Amino acid sequence: MSGSTLVTNAVGRAVPTQVNGRAAPAFQGIGAHEPQGRKHGPSIRSCRAYPRNGDKRVGSLEEAFERCGLASGMVISTHHHLRNGDRVALRALETAGRLGARDLMWFPSASFPCHEPVIDLMDRGIVHHIEGSMNGPLGEYCSRGKMRGLGVLRSHGGRWQAIQDGEVQIDIAVIAAPTADPFGNADGSHGPSACGSLGFALADSIYAEHVIVVTDHLVPFPCVPWQIQGNHVDHVVVVDSIGDPSKIVSGTTQITRSPDRLLIAENVAQLLADTGILRDGFSFQAGAGGIALAFVACLRQRMRERGIRARFVRGGSTRYLVELLQDGLCDYILDGQTFDLDGVRSIGSDPRHIATSPFTSYNYHGKGSFASLVDAVVLGATEVDVHFNANVVTHSDGRLLHGIGGWQNCLDAGCTILAVPSFRDRIPVLVDEVTTITGPGECIDVVATERGIAINPRRRDLLDALRGSSLPIRPIEEIQREVETICGGKPERPRLLDRPVAVVRWVDGTLLDTVFQIA
Amino acid sequence: MIGAAGRRGADVRSDAWVEVEPRASGGIELKLASRVEAYYGASIRTQVLGRLAALGLHHARVTIEDQGALPFVLDARVEAALRRAGVPLHIAAPAPESGAPAKPAAARDRLRRSRLYLPGNEPKFLVNAGLYQPDGVILDLEDSVHPDEKDAARLVVRNALRAVDFLGAERMVRINQLPLGLEDLAAIAPARPDVILVPKVESADTIREVERSLDGPGGDPATGILPILESALGIELAFEIAQASPRIVALTLGLEDYAADLGVPRSAEGTESAYARQRVVNAARAAGLAPIDSVYGQVDDLEGLARWGERSRALGFVGMGCIHPRQIPVIHAAFAPSPAEIERALRIVAAFEAAQATGQAVVSLGSKMIDPPVVRQAAILVAEARRTGRLPAADRARGEA
Repeated sequence: MSGSTLVTNAVGRAVPTQVNGRAAPAFQGIGAHEPQGRKHGPSIRSCRAYPRNGDKRVGSLEEAFERCGLASGMVISTHHHLRNGDRVALRALETAGRLGARDLMWFPSASFPCHEPVIDLMDRGIVHHIEGSMNGPLGEYCSRGKMRGLGVLRSHGGRWQAIQDGEVQIDIAVIAAPTADPFGNADGSHGPSACGSLGFALADSIYAEHVIVVTDHLVPFPCVPWQIQGNHVDHVVVVDSIGDPSKIVSGTTQITRSPDRLLIAENVAQLLADTGILRDGFSFQAGAGGIALAFVACLRQRMRERGIRARFVRGGSTRYLVELLQDGLCDYILDGQTFDLDGVRSIGSDPRHIATSPFTSYNYHGKGSFASLVDAVVLGATEVDVHFNANVVTHSDGRLLHGIGGWQNCLDAGCTILAVPSFRDRIPVLVDEVTTITGPGECIDVVATERGIAINPRRRDLLDALRGSSLPIRPIEEIQREVETICGGKPERPRLLDRPVAVVRWVDGTLLDTVFQIA
Repeated sequence: MIGAAGRRGADVRSDAWVEVEPRASGGIELKLASRVEAYYGASIRTQVLGRLAALGLHHARVTIEDQGALPFVLDARVEAALRRAGVPLHIAAPAPESGAPAKPAAARDRLRRSRLYLPGNEPKFLVNAGLYQPDGVILDLEDSVHPDEKDAARLVVRNALRAVDFLGAERMVRINQLPLGLEDLAAIAPARPDVILVPKVESADTIREVERSLDGPGGDPATGILPILESALGIELAFEIAQASPRIVALTLGLEDYAADLGVPRSAEGTESAYARQRVVNAARAAGLAPIDSVYGQVDDLEGLARWGERSRALGFVGMGCIHPRQIPVIHAAFAPSPAEIERALRIVAAFEAAQATGQAVVSLGSKMIDPPVVRQAAILVAEARRTGRLPAADRARGEA
């Protein structure tokens, strides 16, 4: 970290001036950062260098890497659409190591527990550092300061922005494809390892210097439909298996049975009704967490009772969204990723269930994005503070917990609702100050807990609309004090060293907060 | 002797396991492993050491495995471990409960549509119970607590009565059958529960024994009694039992045990309990009490619950028990007067007021004469609708005292 110092940004957090050797601007406020210049692009290619018969198959991943000119210090990207069943990312990094590459930067769209062996690759010097979500053992490794470079946590949209900015220049993208043809056209909704959308790999396919498609289900040209265009692809590698189907999707997603969480879900659905957001032609997004699924069920009941139809809903899709579509309660699912088997079947067969990408949905460098067209979004958080700042990346003790995903990008919706318990097993969720700011409070409108619903005072319109509502609307400070009383006083602050181990970037690429090494 | 209490294991939530080994010298050696060490480690150590000192234990090895127990739970587990270790405790004479405001005697006409059963030895269910807005919560020491854990459960329940805000729900405790129930009472009465549920009552004497215990030291004159009739004999003696004490606030029955006593399975329609339920309704009303129905055991069948509740209201019951929070709103809806009933009652009350104003003795609605008991019932129904927020908006302000 030579040459880097810490400065204080617009939300009062200390952030480094440099990240992994590159200057990094501090967060200046929502919408304040105005990007300049031209987008990064790969070098010019031509058809003359590729087989006229369209057959780009090579015998092995080794051969593909060699043809791409694999070298030490390169940036290798992979994607998380196979989630915890992924067999491609680890195989790619291990293969690169066997070929002698060192000090690679791994640039996953997200990491999962199945990627734990990357720790060994870092210990052996093959992987230098990770820019992407880190949780479980990888998070622990980074939190303890064992990674050589700084971890960089970006939203799904922020990853696209970083690629377009040239902040991250991908040397070799390795794209796992549930179905592909020899030309490199690829799709995610069919084949033995079907997973739904491949949207997370789209930017890499367009902007990486080299692109390798790895598939276990090769079909003759053309692979229809294709989400990845073969015209971006250098090589196609056929392997026995790209993933463990039982871990790619969760099989079934379940609504929570916890009465506390059901209460929160019920109240959030009622909030949409009482604020008037629930009206014909509205739109919403909810994830696959227990509260979010229960919320969809509670909302569906109200939509039925009132004869209301949504124009579109945003996935992560699950059975519950698919049922809305099939029951005629929404016109379209715009899907970022597919969480269960019903979602995979639907996206592969129903033309109203559309695969989207972080470009259409979340990208700061787009000419607009779908996120701001969504009327209401229901999200989770690890911590929320009395200023409505929220944290999703670290535990309250400072350890890395999980990635940002689309969470930051979703804060652009018309009404952003965090549906969270006020405490978990004596650990307060509502706190004086969050450990790590992942979302600035000015983007967060509602915090719905089992002990009451807090509305951000900036949203006078919501407060006005809720006058006369039977919902338990309370000041956030009051709920937070109540939680402290129940839990037995203020929780101790985490014991952290002053050495940064990771940074959190805002959707525009500026530095929102720093994750420090745990003691 | 080593004493241990609480629960251990990775699946345990919001509870702790405490082991105490008293020794002759060497002070307190506290070994703590806590899920919430980073947040409350220091606070837990201070609390435990303070509690041990207050209870008079100065030399012991103490091992705690904590899975996020709230302070009142941790205190209960520490005390239970000490008691099991045979430590002579320095328990101060029951001090007047500080913090708790003086409360009115449990009233017979209190709203008791729903009462939520909470296992007394399951700390994780206690703290949020009031959020589901039941009319009452029952901290249970009887069937939901293993016979070996009665002593530990009493301490959790006692501490919960003192520490947990049940947000206005009536705080009830179901004790065990006597004589064990008298030990329960001695432990929990100083924490001033609103109502004691006495299970499987088969004689007025049982109620009088509970009454004597509540009249003794540590008891609260405001604590009420709710007898549960759960056997053929209990049902036959319903009226006598209902009159056994002025502390009795209502009368209820337990249909699982009753069906077992008859030797028939409990049916969804309640055929086997038709007589018992009608008997309880009649005996309760004859004694000036409100009758409350049993529980509906199929948690997932909310439609069946709604049907049961509506029939129950038609029989004359004013509420029933709940074994899961999701049953509460269904029960409240089932026991609520319909909008048409409310509308009619409002018109009767208005006609009565008009007659009063003009000095007429006879109340009439249109061409129909209204008898005084009908007026009384209408007034009760309007009052209930007001309490439960079911009056039409235009009528809400009317008649407000």
